[in-house]
Amino acid sequence: MTDPFPHSYLPHTEAERQEMLAVIGVGSVDELFADIPDAFRNPALSLPPALTELELFREIGGLAKRNAVPGDYPCFVGGGVYRHFIPSVVGAMISRGEFLTSYTPYQPEVSQGTLQATYEYQSMISEITGMEAANAGMYDGASSLAEAALMACRVTGRHSVIVHDTVNPRYRAVVDTYLLPQGVEIATCAPGSEAFSDATACVLAQYPDYYGVVRDLTPLADRAHEAGALLAVSADPVALGMFRAPGDMGADIVTGETQPIGVNMSFGGPYVGYFACKMAYIRQMPGRIAGRTVDHEGRIGYALTLQTREQHIRRERATSNICTSEALIATGTAVALAALGPGGLRQMAELSYQKAHYAASEIGALDGYEVIDNGAWFNEFVVRCPLMGSQMNASLWRRGIIGGIDVGEAVENGLLLSVTEMNTREEIDALVGALREIAEGGAR
Amino acid sequence: MTMEAASTQRTHQSLWDVARPGRSGIRLPESDVPAQAMPEASLLRDELRLPEVSELDVVRHFTRLSQMNFAVDTNFYPLGSCTMKYNPKINDVVASQAGFSGIHPLQPEETVQGALELMHRLQEDLQAVTGMPASSLAPLAGAHGELAGVLMIKAYHDARGESDRKVMLIPDSAHGTNPASAAMGGFEVVSVPSDEMGRVDLAAVEAACDDRLAGLMITIPNTLGLFNPYIARVCELVHGAGGLVYGDGANMNALLGRARPYDLGFDVVHLNLHKTMSTPHGGGGPGAGPVCVGERLEPYLPSPVVERVDADGGARYRFATPTQSIGAMSAGHGNFGVLVRAYTYLRALGADGLRQASGDAVLNANYLRRKLEHVYRVAVDRTCMHEVVFSCRPQRDKGVKALDISKRMIDYGVHPPTMYFPLIVDEALMVEPTETESKETLDAFIAVMEAIAREVEESPDVLLEAPHFTPVGRLDEARAARQPDLRWQAP
Repeated sequence: MTDPFPHSYLPHTEAERQEMLAVIGVGSVDELFADIPDAFRNPALSLPPALTELELFREIGGLAKRNAVPGDYPCFVGGGVYRHFIPSVVGAMISRGEFLTSYTPYQPEVSQGTLQATYEYQSMISEITGMEAANAGMYDGASSLAEAALMACRVTGRHSVIVHDTVNPRYRAVVDTYLLPQGVEIATCAPGSEAFSDATACVLAQYPDYYGVVRDLTPLADRAHEAGALLAVSADPVALGMFRAPGDMGADIVTGETQPIGVNMSFGGPYVGYFACKMAYIRQMPGRIAGRTVDHEGRIGYALTLQTREQHIRRERATSNICTSEALIATGTAVALAALGPGGLRQMAELSYQKAHYAASEIGALDGYEVIDNGAWFNEFVVRCPLMGSQMNASLWRRGIIGGIDVGEAVENGLLLSVTEMNTREEIDALVGALREIAEGGAR
Repeated sequence: MTMEAASTQRTHQSLWDVARPGRSGIRLPESDVPAQAMPEASLLRDELRLPEVSELDVVRHFTRLSQMNFAVDTNFYPLGSCTMKYNPKINDVVASQAGFSGIHPLQPEETVQGALELMHRLQEDLQAVTGMPASSLAPLAGAHGELAGVLMIKAYHDARGESDRKVMLIPDSAHGTNPASAAMGGFEVVSVPSDEMGRVDLAAVEAACDDRLAGLMITIPNTLGLFNPYIARVCELVHGAGGLVYGDGANMNALLGRARPYDLGFDVVHLNLHKTMSTPHGGGGPGAGPVCVGERLEPYLPSPVVERVDADGGARYRFATPTQSIGAMSAGHGNFGVLVRAYTYLRALGADGLRQASGDAVLNANYLRRKLEHVYRVAVDRTCMHEVVFSCRPQRDKGVKALDISKRMIDYGVHPPTMYFPLIVDEALMVEPTETESKETLDAFIAVMEAIAREVEESPDVLLEAPHFTPVGRLDEARAARQPDLRWQAP
């Protein structure tokens, strides 16, 4: 091993190290580690050699180039992660070192930027979901939904949960991971056939559902409330630019992923799960919450609040173990929502709706394809194809198109396709042409 | 308007104060497809009260907000147990390349081989650092990694028909996330006392070693910044009773190339990539909390893990689910953007650089300890690792709390240390300088702390009213909790 190892991240000169060691009263840096028994000290790490900045760009940039980027190729994959337009101001703001390299705002006097941005994020999330309050954000949409179920159990004192079979299966998997070890029972059913009992804490619904369908949630909310249960909804926030807010239909908790609003797809993260609820439940809410208050001179200021719910105070009785979450992404969402405004968000939603419905009508007119009709829908739809979804995707990729999601478990030969404002008519027509070719020519 | 009033107004402006109906910060293109029928009106919303601002309004507003933050890029930030080291800019530039930031998590695997290879390489590198034979990058933060760890321990005991093992031992010096995570895993938390050096009490562990013991969660080095020389013995005790040992890796910055959790006997350890591996903390995330495990827990790792398959055409990479996996932690594959940054950092330093980083981190903490021990009481008077805990009990006796000293540090341009943690130290200030701070910065910090110590003697009132130069002073947090104002409302 080379000791010392000069590096641009490590400012000490060897002379300074010696000077500091003399102050401490030891002869070497290694002596400072004397508490580690010899048998365990200084293991050889098998790591590749260090690279300079220039070499890092070559090496890791080479890996980046081996990925096919949606946009370079037409892409119709959604399933909870969507390629929407990201205003340039988002990256410009959240790459500012003052937001990027600060810690969780435990010291409010030197964290007003993060705290006010968080408060404004909470305000805008509350507004688009139609809820009274929102927290500072969860890890992602899936864990946010799981924590909603756990919160419903705390609020109702019940331990059984109903989950619609139209909830994103990747969200459902996380709900299982979180709930089953705590002994919560989970029942699965189709929307409309919920068997509520006096043990039901909540029903988990998705809006639009995993297959794109938009349903009025009011009857479900009414039935849940009659049974003394809560309605927790996972919603696509872009859809809420045009469709009714879940809060307006009686939802008690609304969760979801802000990824569609200003967040890069980034192969699945980092994103931020939003979490909104009625004021009556805020003391059972998981996660951090920023509140507005005043200082000793009466000036408006912001601070983390209701912290007695949290792990650093309540320990094993906390409402959640969450600590570091996704603050920067929430700030980015706030910037994006501010830039979009009501008009921009609505336009983004309507463009996605229009283009997706155009794509569906063109595909539905092809021989061999059937668009599954389950009523009103937003920007995602299921097509019954002549081949299995995975085979369709392979055939589409041979034609330079990143296809959709294989949903064969729900619809035989089903392919879930998503369209946003980022897909041009040219891309949609290319998809339609490729699908026609595949139906005519088989798997090639 | 006076200049002061104008400045105050600017400082406290909200997004809604600058909004005017009809303004917009973005324009999207017109639709290029034939008009489609809209859904029935009963499904549509009619009101959406978001602020309406211009693009420059957005930029000025959020730039001004950012300027009210202290950050590593602007200030010394010795926040204990948070490892606020320099976040190299290349990490962000690399992660922002379209080939990483623009790819969809559900694209076919053949279209994302570069991303999968990066994840596989990172798994191997984190395994090398911890000595562990297997890992998963799925957890999205440290506490998420803890949850994955306790769920694996539960699954392990369940699979062996020992579901009665319900007790998770946690030292009283632990981070709050440890007991909270154990509770989410369905365990009963039993607190174990620590001695004056923050070392878990061996006799107390021994006494709890029965057939109800599921495991022990313990931080290395411990939360007093000390390495417990008997840690391997503690692990043996727990193993002897059929339990498993969880290592909280929040303090791994002290041990890079110095000791590996696997060698010490740990069964699982999480790494906070937003601490040890230099990825920016973002004001409270995103982080990443990969878990590295020994042979016993490998089958239970959260999904997905990335596998390498060597075929004729060369290596291919694919996602896989371990045989008895505890399941998925998120809808994605982990915080990939954070993973790219961490991998870039690991490749920038290599084994020798990591070892030097830990060496300098420990050197810096001990330098502060020796230089300040005459003015502040060191909680434990011995060589520390990457952080040093002071007790402001002597100052408290003069009417000045650790909180007041922290607030006064802000006036001198230093972010306060972690206060009142660990709980076992009275009036604690936990200082973690990290390896990326120069001797000049440390000397300036020492001078600040000496000046504040003099102020405690000569003019304590100036501390009690601190900070003096921030946009807001100490906030009424009781009012914030009593009358929660959590969102903007139309006046």
